[in-house]
Amino acid sequence: MSVRDDVAERIPGGDAGLIVAVLLVIYAAYVLAGVGLGYSVRGQLNTIGVLTFYIGVFAMLALALNLQWGYTGLFNIGIVGFMAVGIYVMALVSKPLYESGGAAQVGGLGLPLIVGIVAGMVAAALLGAVIALPALRLRADYLAIVTIAMSEIVRFSFLSGELQQFRLFGERVGFGGGSGLILDFTNPLEAFFQSFGLWDAYLGFVSVFEVIIPNNPKPVVDGLVYGAVLLGFVAVYFWLLKRTGESPFGRVLKAIREDEDAANSLGKNTNRFKIKAFMLGCALMGLAGILWLMTSGAVTPNFFRPRITFFVWIALIIGGAGSNTGSVLGGAVFAALLYQGPRYLKNLIDTVIPNADAPSGFGPAVSPLISNFDPAPLFFYTIDSVRQLQLVFMGLALIWLMHNRPEGMLGHRKETAAGIPLTGSRASASAETDGGDAGGGSDE
Amino acid sequence: MSDPDATNVGSDHAGGSNGGRDVPGRTDAASNGLDLGSGGPNVDEEYPLQVEGLCKTFGGITAVDDASFRVERGTLTGLIGPNGAGKSTTFNLITGMLRPDAGTVTFDGEDITGQKPHAIANRGLVRTFQIARELQEMTVLENLMLAPKDQRGEALWRSVTPGFRGDVVEQEEELLERVWDVIEFFDIDHIADEYAGNLSGGQRKLLELARALLTDPDMLLLDEPFAGVNPSLEKRLLEHVHELREQGYTFLLVEHDMDLIMENCERVIVLHQGQVLTEGSPDEIQANEEVIEAYLGGNV
Repeated sequence: MSVRDDVAERIPGGDAGLIVAVLLVIYAAYVLAGVGLGYSVRGQLNTIGVLTFYIGVFAMLALALNLQWGYTGLFNIGIVGFMAVGIYVMALVSKPLYESGGAAQVGGLGLPLIVGIVAGMVAAALLGAVIALPALRLRADYLAIVTIAMSEIVRFSFLSGELQQFRLFGERVGFGGGSGLILDFTNPLEAFFQSFGLWDAYLGFVSVFEVIIPNNPKPVVDGLVYGAVLLGFVAVYFWLLKRTGESPFGRVLKAIREDEDAANSLGKNTNRFKIKAFMLGCALMGLAGILWLMTSGAVTPNFFRPRITFFVWIALIIGGAGSNTGSVLGGAVFAALLYQGPRYLKNLIDTVIPNADAPSGFGPAVSPLISNFDPAPLFFYTIDSVRQLQLVFMGLALIWLMHNRPEGMLGHRKETAAGIPLTGSRASASAETDGGDAGGGSDE
Repeated sequence: MSDPDATNVGSDHAGGSNGGRDVPGRTDAASNGLDLGSGGPNVDEEYPLQVEGLCKTFGGITAVDDASFRVERGTLTGLIGPNGAGKSTTFNLITGMLRPDAGTVTFDGEDITGQKPHAIANRGLVRTFQIARELQEMTVLENLMLAPKDQRGEALWRSVTPGFRGDVVEQEEELLERVWDVIEFFDIDHIADEYAGNLSGGQRKLLELARALLTDPDMLLLDEPFAGVNPSLEKRLLEHVHELREQGYTFLLVEHDMDLIMENCERVIVLHQGQVLTEGSPDEIQANEEVIEAYLGGNV
């Protein structure tokens, strides 16, 4: 249909190949920019680790949102609330039991990490069901209002003093309130490798890196390996959602997005399908929240402001709602260009021109440009405020997209919603389905 | 038939009608001359769809006002009436898109009044829409694959769990065979891969009828299936409808084209101002003074 489809067809491996190619281009751009500007090896590897981390989490979140919005047309703008419930419930279940004198104000139930992760996902899914049950009966916009309100209610609940500390099964547990919650369970990466009995092997693997990074390579390698684990999770999300989409279930979801009344009139109980899809998406968002934060040492409720929800939306819009491949690409491009890009640029420039003093305010930054045509102060001022400007860039990117390519990178391409390939002629269809004749398809 | 049901429905919705005209009571419907339900189960067999004392008001406007009729099995029955006679509202009331203020709808001997649209469709009473409701961003094949009932893969777990998906794929292959049979019946194989949103108006009507058939219905309610369809396609659609009727399907058809109704339907029901004005064979209808007056005196 479009040039982009041809590109996708020419890349070996189809969609997976396209994703790998885009990732390689992104990494190459980061490495080249780093090498060109003389960034240290440690800094480079660190950057790649952080970049991979954000590509991973945004791709996962965009995939989960694509199930809800791209496939089913459910307008969820409370993503961050489901992430918060995921990580907080996971912490509650998996934090070690309270010991007086420890660093943590409250303990958890001391259960294994995997139990906590499953509990976090289940909690997010149940919250999704509680919200969806009343809201889905109303018009679509009400779901949006309810979800964003819910995400703020969740944040304020975790902030509240009431839930700061309470007793559960006789243990002193809680959510820590505004001062945050220390995630003092086993380092997830360590737990992950230990479960395969590979922790010592991993430590040996880390020491190999001393050749490249002489002192203390572990944090850098940890970052890279955790990033790789996240990409593994992206692959699992992709596989799961591709299977969901390419099935009769996914077909009904698509039909709901297109015209719910029509789907209803064909005998599909659309409310049930919507709730199932919404709950699955919420569970996946909860897991993404867990994976995002479980290595960060602590969580505070104010991390879960609605802006993260909108970041995920931008990622999905960039990639193109309705396509799983597009969601992954959108997550990767958003993380690389809009989320990490400006910060990386600032780091690079700080390295290249270490002693440049940025002006203290907008006035001193602009006046040299007007008085002696000296753009340097404004440039440094801009670089210095790049974190604040990030949101401006995102806004501009969104406006540009809405004007020029509202359907996203992959265009209107939609993955076929069927368990088997649907081809344009009967001959080729029956040639491919040699197993199905025995059932006798043509009887009325 | 079952009086307790009817009174329930009436009292449930009594509050909704106080803005407009009085909703006539259930007793009026019984004395309306149709005398439904007196024949026992045999009548149900012969008349799969029975509508009794159906009422619906929107604010102050009474769209359907105590309408009662029945549709005989294996017939092509026309439902006609001037603009605003309540034809589309009647359809919506029968298929559960709207809840009636009073009255009952019986399908195959069971009271389906106020049931959810998907439940009614699953019983075998399937409708098409006046403005074709094709699923635009899905291909014709996807549109048609959606329709069949009892698809195993509509259970999420079965579609994603390795080991169970084989079942789903197997059924998909069977469904695709059925879909191709229908595609060939309607002669739309050349557009099978096209997005439904790219089809012409007439092709959409064909697609919608094909899709409704794939749900394996007993009875089809067609809401102006020939509106916006060119004459040659209209002829083909009609041939399909007649062919299907001979196979035993029952049709209730809303249509504006009087000639078309008179030439093709065995029975005709005339709605006027939300009420059944008369019903009978096309010849009887054409000779009926009231009908002529309704059309000429109405807003046509």
